[in-house]
Amino acid sequence: MDNENKCAYLLDYLSDYVDGSLNESLCEEIERHIVECEDCRIFVDTLKKTIYLYHTKEKGSATVPNDVRKRLYKRLKLEEFLNDSSESKGNM
Amino acid sequence: MTDDKVSENTFDIEALRAGEKGEFTRLVEAYSGSIYRLALKMLQDSQDAEDVLQETFIKVLNKISTFRGASNISTWIYRIATNEALMLLRRRKLPIYSADESFQIQDNDEQPKELEDWCCLPEKELMNSESRAYLDESIKALPYSLRIVFLLRDIEGFSTRQTAEILDITETAVKTRLSRGRMRLRELLSVYYGKQLKKLD
Ligand SMILES: [Zn+2]
Repeated sequence: MDNENKCAYLLDYLSDYVDGSLNESLCEEIERHIVECEDCRIFVDTLKKTIYLYHTKEKGSATVPNDVRKRLYKRLKLEEFLNDSSESKGNM
Repeated sequence: MTDDKVSENTFDIEALRAGEKGEFTRLVEAYSGSIYRLALKMLQDSQDAEDVLQETFIKVLNKISTFRGASNISTWIYRIATNEALMLLRRRKLPIYSADESFQIQDNDEQPKELEDWCCLPEKELMNSESRAYLDESIKALPYSLRIVFLLRDIEGFSTRQTAEILDITETAVKTRLSRGRMRLRELLSVYYGKQLKKLD
């Protein structure tokens, strides 16, 4: 396989590779390849970074605004429990 | 990101079935934050997201008697929530892609084009408010089928198996869609950060 075909062939596995869910032999193949192939090395690094940035950005963002939370509790007839955590603790 | 991960909370299913409000409140507290975020990112509208949030828990309340406990309660709730969100999207008939042309990517072109190495950019460039807004815009550029998988796997932290269960698709389909979604996002981020990189030179 020439190098360009190799890049295209490995591309399909890179998402699994960065998840650590790829089988050993393909992992080794990718690791050998990215030592020699700058493009694929950059691709893997920027793919990892992309996922990392979204993780970082959304960390702790799972909150319900207070007014939304109030209306939700009202709709569910749970008003009596609203005071338990009025500080918008939608975060898990 | 442990604080964000969908925790495998245990709930007293019998108490929920019996209509115990205290236990139901615990359930609402545990999941409302992440379901609201998911709906917001899917629908891009806070009123729609609120509707999804409310309808989800109304359905949970009404259907809890049919919950068999075979699947995890979190995947069961998310299944209801994603169905609500997708139903609302269909009703709204929103365009599948962002209206902003700069975010559109050719459908059948999966070849990476942008190969700037922007990883070395300092954290303050990568994560300033403009960059954060760009990250949000980029998610909008994903078609729904890729967007929902990306959100469940990479934002909400569900496993491939759980995501497959929530969306009622195969694990292979989850992996394929996640890969395509991530690659499109990588492409969009590379356009953006590539420019930042040149500015710094
Ligand atoms: Zn290569």
